Amino acid sequence: MTDTAQRLAEIRGGVPPRRHNARTIAALTGNPGCTRRAVLDSAGVDKPKLAERIGFPARFGQSRFAITRGNAFEAQVKADGGVELLRLVAERLGVPVPAGASWTDLGGDEDRPERSRAALTAPGQGAALFDHPLLGLDVAGRRVHLEPDLVAARLGGRFHVVEIKSFPVIDGQADPAKVSAAAIQSAVYVLALRELLSTAGGDPELVSPEVVLVCPRDFTNQPVASLLDVRRQLLVLRRQLDRMARIDDLLAAVPAGFTADPAADPAALREALSTVAARYAPDCLAACELAYFCRHEARGQTAALGRPVREALGGVDGVDEVLALAAGERAPEPEQGEAAALLRAAARLRADALAGNPS
Amino acid sequence: MSTLRALAKAQAVAAGVAQPVATVRHLHLSDRPLVLVPLAMAGEANAPLAALVGAAPDEARLLVVPQPRNREQRLAFAAELAEAVLPHLESFRGVSEAVPVDRGRDVRYRYVDAPQLIVPNPAGITFLRLLGRSTRFRRPDGEYPVHPSVPLLGRWLTFFAERAEHPGSAALVALTEALTLHWATGQSAVEDLHLPALLGWLDPPPGTTGAEAAARAEDPQTCPPAGPATDPDFDNHRLAPAMAAYAEAEDDPVARAEAYAELERLLRGQLEPTWELMWRGLGLLRALPPGARVAGRWAGDRDAFTGYAEHVDAGGGPQPRRDGAVAAAVRLHRLERALASYAVQRAYDDPLVMAEHRLTGEAFVGDVTLADPKRVDDSGKRPVLRPRIQVVTTEPVLVPVGATLYSPARPAQKAKVVFVTPAADGKTEVVLELSGGMGRGLTAPPGSVPEVGERLCLTTLSDAYLPAGNFPAPEETPWTHGGPPAEAV
Repeated sequence: MTDTAQRLAEIRGGVPPRRHNARTIAALTGNPGCTRRAVLDSAGVDKPKLAERIGFPARFGQSRFAITRGNAFEAQVKADGGVELLRLVAERLGVPVPAGASWTDLGGDEDRPERSRAALTAPGQGAALFDHPLLGLDVAGRRVHLEPDLVAARLGGRFHVVEIKSFPVIDGQADPAKVSAAAIQSAVYVLALRELLSTAGGDPELVSPEVVLVCPRDFTNQPVASLLDVRRQLLVLRRQLDRMARIDDLLAAVPAGFTADPAADPAALREALSTVAARYAPDCLAACELAYFCRHEARGQTAALGRPVREALGGVDGVDEVLALAAGERAPEPEQGEAAALLRAAARLRADALAGNPS
Repeated sequence: MSTLRALAKAQAVAAGVAQPVATVRHLHLSDRPLVLVPLAMAGEANAPLAALVGAAPDEARLLVVPQPRNREQRLAFAAELAEAVLPHLESFRGVSEAVPVDRGRDVRYRYVDAPQLIVPNPAGITFLRLLGRSTRFRRPDGEYPVHPSVPLLGRWLTFFAERAEHPGSAALVALTEALTLHWATGQSAVEDLHLPALLGWLDPPPGTTGAEAAARAEDPQTCPPAGPATDPDFDNHRLAPAMAAYAEAEDDPVARAEAYAELERLLRGQLEPTWELMWRGLGLLRALPPGARVAGRWAGDRDAFTGYAEHVDAGGGPQPRRDGAVAAAVRLHRLERALASYAVQRAYDDPLVMAEHRLTGEAFVGDVTLADPKRVDDSGKRPVLRPRIQVVTTEPVLVPVGATLYSPARPAQKAKVVFVTPAADGKTEVVLELSGGMGRGLTAPPGSVPEVGERLCLTTLSDAYLPAGNFPAPEETPWTHGGPPAEAV
């Protein structure tokens, strides 16, 4: 075990690292500047448990109705050996619909990584659909296995990632937040699939950056396919994974003896966490299990009010500092001169208008 | 986010309670708003689960869908909602007023009042829009006939959802947006979308701070979400078993009635706290005096309501799935004009909003120190009345010489900047030449020219009428925009 691995194991406590999936890897791209998150995720800390232990449980429940619906739609689309799926994908890609395609379910076996590699890199040009391929990705120096709920379609010699999602596309439009979440998840798969091909000596560019998204159309159960270009997401992902690969740099800033072992004393954990810098933003609430703790910690900071607010306040960090500058009770730092003048003017105008002076 | 609003948020954090960012109410409030709190089934495409609807706090009507995946039950919900909504809309179609058009050469009519729908949050508006989309193309005949009220409801919901995109309209209002337009909380915009937390900041219970009240409101156990999305824990542990019990009791009328009653009880429990918050929020808004230009914008809503009611009466079709090129351009133009005018009107109505423009140099306030109300410019063909005034201000003046300024106190009058001169103590003297708003003669009526000593706000923002752009007829759509649409088949 390397020093780094040893250090990460200490941080994690006496438990195996939490497994990543495409969703957690995709979430890593959410707030790339946050050291606390990068360290905890690299160590594979059980963040939901940790958050609960320190008294700030995450609220990421999923309704069983949504899960049932998602599974039913997926089963429906994949039915009959993927005939319907093949037609949808081929038509969307603008290639002639092949007379037939092989359907390989790579799920459910013990030797899946091997089988997946063999199946996906086997020579062959014919149309083929691979369900549940097991893919791997290096995250923070550790091999992570992804069990994507996806189909890799080989059509015209190229691979396309096919994602089946149960949110509707109504009159050609879907919920933008759900589409962008699907895009970044798909990008994880594209990346892993490319890696698999290139390690086997193949051409990674055979995996198209255009992902096929299959969703129900309008208010029906009929599937409709759309194309998503995930090139931008691939760049973001690549950068964050590279950053996590340089975990040693990050660990250098972490005090020795830091632990996030959920078995430790809650007060000690809170104390320890506060020694690793976080960069809280309101968006974290939707993406990170630790967000409620970080929000509590960031109370009184302008960043907790959102980036636009912080920027409008001239980038000044603390709420107290803002109010003191606005009231002219505090001498601005050299670089705060402009912000302080703006805040003073704002405070004067606000007081003026609230006092009912005519304007 | 303007610096002034951001500062109000910082003050809210320090004070522990929301701070005002408006001194008047910028939207019309109906005496009988139709409050609608919808819930949707997780995972489905806008499948209604339940709703509370009513025009007064004690008139809540509960609608429940025992199995939202069942299409017939969803359509039954739509029919039931139509029973609650359509008579409400109809009740505003009694009295009309005449409005002169074409410079008084003609007259048209509009209803003296119009319906107003209030939902908890923007997601509630999306829910109504999609419910409208899923029902307006239904037919009372053919293969899957529905009650005739269902497509009619769909068209009206679509009308309201489209109206909600129109800046300054109060026909369909998301309460969270209406509240944050008037108060700044000490939390972020994302957190403000949660109505219970927002009201926690606005009106914290005695002895608690806004932050504490908001934190308490975030726990779905004590404070159910304001919809349309439900709490997943509620779905998994309470709703799912109740739905299963209802489904199992299919053949047993007694058990079925019991299961239905249990579903009603559960869903009412999720909806009622939000119902209370809706009326509390409306009460807070009602306490503010309306801005001077609110009635004018509401007249626009009444016009739109009248127009759509006439369209329906005349047998007009439902709104298309997507606008054609010309219709889309016209709509965008209309929305842009409305947005610009709404921003100006709010500033004219409210010194606290005008302060945001003063901070960015689009407006300044000063004292009139000199006035020459009798000045006549006779350099042209005809002598014209062009009074001049001098205003002294302590604020920075960023407008160039030659610019035209306006004053909310005399919106019909233009003030051209003639000289800008720095004076002692960092003050600035601005000499302005006035035109308009003073009658036709060569003597200004009293009060039409600012007098010495008057405090005046001058701004580049103009509330003057903007003429609409010209757009081609749909059959003359240029080839750059896809050419004329194909004939409908």
